[in-house]
Amino acid sequence: MKSHTPSGRDYASVAGKQPPIDEATDLLIVGAGPAGLSAALTAAAARGLRVTLVDENPVPLQTMGEDVPLHFGGRMAPTVANRNAMLESMLRARPQLAEAIDAGVDVRLGTAAWGLFPQRRTAAWIDGHVAGLADEERAYLISFKQVIVAAGCRDMGVAFDGWQRPGVMGAAAAYRLAATYDALDSRTAVLVGSGTEALQIGNALLDAGVRIAAVVEQAEAATGPMELLARLLASGARLFTRHVIQQTVGDPNGVAAVRLVGVDEDGSRLSGPLQWIECDTVVLGVAAIPAIELIESAGCAVSFQAARGGHVPTLDGSQRASLPFLHAAGDCAGIWPSKTLSEETARREGRIAAAAALRALGVMPARADEAAVLPDPTARDIERERVAWVRAMTLGSAVAPFVCQCEEVTAAEVLGLSPPRYLHWRRAASEAPRLGSVDPERAPHPDVVKRLTRAGMGPCQGRRCREQIAALVALGAGSGLADIPLATYRPPVRPLRLAQLAALPEAAAMGEGWESWFGIASQWIPFWRLGGCAEEEEAVAGE
Amino acid sequence: MSSRASHGEDDGQNKGAAVVIIGGGVTGLSAGWWLARDGVDVLVIEAGAAGWGASGRNGGGCSHHHSPLFREEQRLWPLMDGLLGYPTEFQPSRIRIALDERQFGLYRRALENGAHQGFRSDVLDAKQVRELVPLAGDNVFGGYFYHFGGHANPHRTLQAYAWAMRDCGGRLLQHTRALGFDTRGDRVVGVRTSRGTFSCDHVVIAAGPATGELGSLLGVTVPMMSARAEMIVTEPLPLMTLGGVDGNGLYGRQTLRGNLAYGGGPHEWIEAADVEHTRPYSTPLQASIARRLCELLPRAAHARVIRSWAGFIENTPDGRPVIDRPAAVQNLTIATLSSVGFGLSPAAGRAIRDLVIGGSCEFADLSSLALSRFASLEPDWREREGWLPSAIGAGE
Repeated sequence: MKSHTPSGRDYASVAGKQPPIDEATDLLIVGAGPAGLSAALTAAAARGLRVTLVDENPVPLQTMGEDVPLHFGGRMAPTVANRNAMLESMLRARPQLAEAIDAGVDVRLGTAAWGLFPQRRTAAWIDGHVAGLADEERAYLISFKQVIVAAGCRDMGVAFDGWQRPGVMGAAAAYRLAATYDALDSRTAVLVGSGTEALQIGNALLDAGVRIAAVVEQAEAATGPMELLARLLASGARLFTRHVIQQTVGDPNGVAAVRLVGVDEDGSRLSGPLQWIECDTVVLGVAAIPAIELIESAGCAVSFQAARGGHVPTLDGSQRASLPFLHAAGDCAGIWPSKTLSEETARREGRIAAAAALRALGVMPARADEAAVLPDPTARDIERERVAWVRAMTLGSAVAPFVCQCEEVTAAEVLGLSPPRYLHWRRAASEAPRLGSVDPERAPHPDVVKRLTRAGMGPCQGRRCREQIAALVALGAGSGLADIPLATYRPPVRPLRLAQLAALPEAAAMGEGWESWFGIASQWIPFWRLGGCAEEEEAVAGE
Repeated sequence: MSSRASHGEDDGQNKGAAVVIIGGGVTGLSAGWWLARDGVDVLVIEAGAAGWGASGRNGGGCSHHHSPLFREEQRLWPLMDGLLGYPTEFQPSRIRIALDERQFGLYRRALENGAHQGFRSDVLDAKQVRELVPLAGDNVFGGYFYHFGGHANPHRTLQAYAWAMRDCGGRLLQHTRALGFDTRGDRVVGVRTSRGTFSCDHVVIAAGPATGELGSLLGVTVPMMSARAEMIVTEPLPLMTLGGVDGNGLYGRQTLRGNLAYGGGPHEWIEAADVEHTRPYSTPLQASIARRLCELLPRAAHARVIRSWAGFIENTPDGRPVIDRPAAVQNLTIATLSSVGFGLSPAAGRAIRDLVIGGSCEFADLSSLALSRFASLEPDWREREGWLPSAIGAGE
């Protein structure tokens, strides 16, 4: 039936087309923060193994300008364009980087991991496990035996009128610019959120010379440690509980001031005078989100664990994920107050993960096993807090801000599953679909919401809107946030130029049969020529 | 065919239907919509979420000029937004770019097949291609402007079928896995599922890669093999006049938002059992797709790839669909569209409705899609074709 069957090989399949992979390592570590560096130093102590540590910092200026990997909000100082200066800042900020290099770790800075591709039954054409890496110039593959992901966290976005202005940024982004790059272009900031992570970063910003003008919290009291709050208040910050941001007011540099509005316990806005606060930066510290995109896209089981700050990989006591060659350490394995307050927890996770990886590689770790790291007992109801922020600040806004800035989708459009405006689709409002129309039995999967509304489909890869959309789906469907499935992540989990990806080497045989969809000649014989006519046709992709 | 409600509210939850369709992809939902439009009591059951299979994982192409369903496909697509009452994002026509003489020769076949059925195409020289396709480059050999075909948005279309079917009184039950059948003589009287048994007067199996196994439970052999294919998506770029541009071995389109969404390249065969309970993961094949997209549209080389996706699709031994009522079972219709189901879905659904209601298709000769063509298939056909999964290597 096909034109090329005698050998029993399907020339249009992946068979024999495995790409050449020039680089190999035993242990790949992604992320050179406290957890990743501790893992690298632990692994390096066991001689004879190849240990490769990659970190995407310094991130190219253009990438930062697109709010990848964090919501930088345009508050990068001009020095971030100077790569050497940024490398020096990084090495200053993280002295263990030099230690790791001295210990023989292959340290690659400015190198992002954009995909992990384990061999599995449904994708077996490349032997072993492969990671996609990229620096500013090139993308490449490296094969690995074990991987530790220590990718840190990012920030939950919450939309309000004017949140697209330069100066509105995530707390982790502000901290990254201040602490790693020494390049935060901010003088006066309003901190939104009062949890441990937000207050910790607020204090770090204070130490970096940023004045914190106000701390804004939708709940009736600050949710983080009093001593961290007290230090901010002592520096002159004002605390506004039961308040959210009504809007930002801008000048050519971005944010010039914010207006705050009071809300009641249901998130409804109170009448009464608005608070006006001059500032050049709004730091969104509503929630720190474990950065699990690499882990989830690789296929590890993840679940919503309130004690660990949201969706995190399912881990055993040795930080090992459901894919047994993958370990998670640091914030991407879970975020809780005591871990935020002391880097030692992340370091310990890094050491434990490295010890487990070493054992899997057949090497006995030098140190005795450490006890497993467990999160603090849950104290906060993060589901309710996150939904409350979205309800009070976003749904309560009179101007319908874009929840998804890239694709310009409002909260009402998410809740109504509206087709994107560029389709100019007109339909009576009474007939407009609702979230429940996808499946009356359950909340729609955020991937469905995304595909219908386009919310989350833009160049920032949903980094600023993903948790808001989940909260909106929970609100619209009357579900708990934990019951809303996680929208899937897909590689490349960092945007990659077509030309960069295109430069990956491929097998000479890759072109063989490429043009033939499935290479089944009989598939494309026109129906009027079928029957008796054994004509050979070449299939063409796309028909 | 019994009317709506004849299957009663007996126990509320497991209300059967006149027609139970197994498979909530574009084929099953289109068939469900066509049947519901005619007032037939129809229930679609889907093992996972609707459109989670190949229906939502394809290039959105709407041109199958070799198929007996082509004329109906072409007639229906421009009408679908109005018929369904929800947007499909359909856009007519396609430009196919050849980068060398060989591709130019290959792509001529669409012109010939179209012409045979009364559809016009223009042959384009390199200069004309570059005028029509601003992202094309100096490497163009030539191309074609097919005044037929086009593309639509798979997810939007899938949901449009589901909503339109519901608006006509049809039902869709998701997360409901078909496990087997209750039969009486040569008739199916019930579909056993993970949520109980649903009685029925007629069953349609349109379950993608699971169609073969479900058919075998009724003694009907539907030879097929599953595979994975992959696509990539870039950030939005300024809209070209015509988004339906492909070639250089790729299929895909510029979406109405401006993203380039393209796929192609080698497939990987996968056992049907491995396809269940897992999502399709994309692989470094995305780099080879990016390479060919850079060749096809060099002026887009700076665009960033922001997503990839993979999908599981099934193929029959000759690659052609099956839309048939096998003789062995009185009230069974089998449909597998064999890796080209999305574009054909408006016409395939109508054909299935015809088969269910009247036993034969009113608007096309489906004899080339009958199962009987596989009657003398060798048992080891997969080995002979080399349609075998990759071995898991020694790498850990």
